[in-house]
Amino acid sequence: MATTYKAIATVTVGSGGAANIEFTSIAADWTDLIILCSLRSNSASTADNLKIELNGSTSNFTARSIYSTSDSSPNSYSFSIGEIAGINATNTTASVFSNTTIYICNYASANNKSISTDSVAENNATRGDLSLYATLWSNSSAITSIKLVAAGGNFIQYSTATLYGISNS
Amino acid sequence: MATTYEPIATTNGTGSSDTITFSSIPGTYTDIIIMGTSKGSFNDENINIRFNSDTASNYSWTMLDGNGSSATSSRGSSQTYIRGGVSGTSNSANIFQINNYANTTTYKTSVSRANNTGARTRAIVGLWRSTSAINSVSLINDSGNFSTETTFTLYGIASA
Repeated sequence: MATTYKAIATVTVGSGGAANIEFTSIAADWTDLIILCSLRSNSASTADNLKIELNGSTSNFTARSIYSTSDSSPNSYSFSIGEIAGINATNTTASVFSNTTIYICNYASANNKSISTDSVAENNATRGDLSLYATLWSNSSAITSIKLVAAGGNFIQYSTATLYGISNS
Repeated sequence: MATTYEPIATTNGTGSSDTITFSSIPGTYTDIIIMGTSKGSFNDENINIRFNSDTASNYSWTMLDGNGSSATSSRGSSQTYIRGGVSGTSNSANIFQINNYANTTTYKTSVSRANNTGARTRAIVGLWRSTSAINSVSLINDSGNFSTETTFTLYGIASA
């Protein structure tokens, strides 16, 4: 039996930050992919948006979200820009990183790819953000590379993401 | 270390049935989780959950739902199912986690994440008021049949 929930690769951002976190040459050995992330952006705001690029593509994404901050009722939005989560940014408590889970079903299939994302960005003193996203990438190609981008800035040092493979056999 | 996230069974949609059932689930894990993609016949479909083929009013659920323009919370009490997932004419990611499913002392709870970009995204908690060990889980499309692009896998999670 194959080992499931196997760590495939980890990327940790070094000093100076990074414009993106990328996993390449992803083999079609698994059924699903999960990326567990701890992220923070240097965007000068209380939250930044996490975007995803698959196989280098930034198009053919659609999404619906639930977004809640601690000081307001939850809202729901629609997107077509590859936005998949909210993450911590500069104007949140120092050293606080978002906790983000990205689940990609049947990533190597010839069908369109569906993605589920849960993310929390806590700010200790005044605010916490919770975001739930449903995303569809309307593309039948097997996913071989995944790039995560902070929409408003760069990932700061110590941001990290690990890609796991889950197999049904 | 015990093997965890162990695949127990995979079931695909047939295009002619509204139900996917995982049966004869062994009680050898701590938790079970069902993950996969669904596709149905209509743009906005619900996937309901039943355990052990129980069709009595022993279920309740609370749901956070976002349809792209507004977020709402709703609840169903004394229901004949847990409103657990979503499906539609586009591929929809669903995750159903059932904790401590094999114990015979407590009622059973579930947590679901449901995603259909054609209609909505959801987070749902569910309760089945039964102390029986869960040995089967049925996923029921309340509007149409599951297409052949539908595939779900049941995994067992062991604590030790």
